[in-house]
Amino acid sequence: MSQDPHGTELRHLPLEDLHKAAGAKFGAFAGWSMPLTYPAGVMKEHLHTREQAGLFDISHMKLFEVSGPDAAALLERACPLAAGSLELSQSKYTFFLNEQAGIIDDLIVTRLGPNHHMVVANAGNATIDEVHLTVLAQDRSVTVSPLDRVFLAIQGPAAWDALSRGGIETGMLTFMHGIEPRSDWFMSRSGYTGEDGFEIGLPEADARELVAALLADDRVQWIGLAARDSLRLEAGLCLHGQDITPDIDPVSAGLMWAIPKDIRAAGAFIGADALRAKIAAGVAQKRVGLKPEGRQPVRAGALLFDADGTPAGTVTSGGFGPSAGHPVAMGYVTATLAKPGTRIFADVRGTKIPVDIAPLPFTPHRYRKG
Amino acid sequence: MAKTYFTSDHEWIRVEGGIATVGITDYAQEQLGDLVFVELPEAGRAVKKGDTAVVVESVKAASDVYVPVDGEIVEANTALSSEPALVNSAATGDGWLWKMKLSDESQLDGLLDEAGYNKLIG
Repeated sequence: MSQDPHGTELRHLPLEDLHKAAGAKFGAFAGWSMPLTYPAGVMKEHLHTREQAGLFDISHMKLFEVSGPDAAALLERACPLAAGSLELSQSKYTFFLNEQAGIIDDLIVTRLGPNHHMVVANAGNATIDEVHLTVLAQDRSVTVSPLDRVFLAIQGPAAWDALSRGGIETGMLTFMHGIEPRSDWFMSRSGYTGEDGFEIGLPEADARELVAALLADDRVQWIGLAARDSLRLEAGLCLHGQDITPDIDPVSAGLMWAIPKDIRAAGAFIGADALRAKIAAGVAQKRVGLKPEGRQPVRAGALLFDADGTPAGTVTSGGFGPSAGHPVAMGYVTATLAKPGTRIFADVRGTKIPVDIAPLPFTPHRYRKG
Repeated sequence: MAKTYFTSDHEWIRVEGGIATVGITDYAQEQLGDLVFVELPEAGRAVKKGDTAVVVESVKAASDVYVPVDGEIVEANTALSSEPALVNSAATGDGWLWKMKLSDESQLDGLLDEAGYNKLIG
């Protein structure tokens, strides 16, 4: 049995046999044995997704169905979100915050019916999230149901057409909207690459049929977790556990766009007081894009310094951007330095690498908004 | 006549006239995936077995390449500065990493031959 570095048994994807047959290399991520790369390799997989369509098995992620008369009330307590004011089929990026306004997890919530929401959460936080929601649901008229689904993402400019040819009607679905097109299916137009695309939760048997139909299209290829990471980093999207954590608040993380103004002012979500205090007082550090000079990647954990050698922050994600054609990174820097164009320095194995604060994303988003 | 040795750290060492050319094996490059940067050593540096001579960086991670035997770096493969992917496409050829003068050729006796290395990677 494969084990993760902590010695606990890894969970296996329901479609693992398909990934093995496709020649995937596996590695541990968030307690799961995940396909990291396929024979094409991370560089080609990344570029293929931006040029055509990438198929990702993201069944490690967790779907929670939140149903009942108090569904919206529960989510408005757990998240800085106007859950009850979402239009039907509207999706919103949001978070669970703790009392200090730290980010327990980031999520996408979709309103599927008047009293029926879908929550998509990160694999590494699935257990914490379930406990959090279940505790909050105790004195409310609402049911929190973790779903057992295969979860697939198809991302890239050909994603929509490939799905249509594969027999999946996406109808009028635009970016950040979700529907239940069939029994036990959940499909949203969203993703984690900066490209147009869809995420589909569905029963295993249906998933096998859908995968076969999609892979019959030459434009569609399996893409591993390594390219998923370089795609999301170029797109400036946060990875929970690295770029955002329970010790980082949405103000520092530059994610206040996800919190509507009236919710900031009057929402009764957990962490509201702490968040308002941070908005009022300002934050010491801010999340920024980082563009290292030259070809050498600057990776998570590297320390940042200003021109005088004073500590200026830390890199939280870093690698090479195959579409950008240069190293890309993000991290937290002293708020006064957080202006695009500011030159700072990253310590990489004792050498100071010049790094410029860069606007995010590194590659423009190509979402289909309407 | 050149002779090629291997290490359990997935390096090859081709020795000719007291000079060793060092690189990583094809198996190693395949495990690392697409390389995007190679941090090369300075010529003239005296190195000991086990020192880090080179850092190879893939899209995802940085990995050290160790000095297999004592000696002095005489040349680094500067072609890798502009084309690190040579290590992927030609690990045992144009993707060599550095050349070194050996200070004690008897250390080579502790290394693997090709058959021994192939057995190691199964």
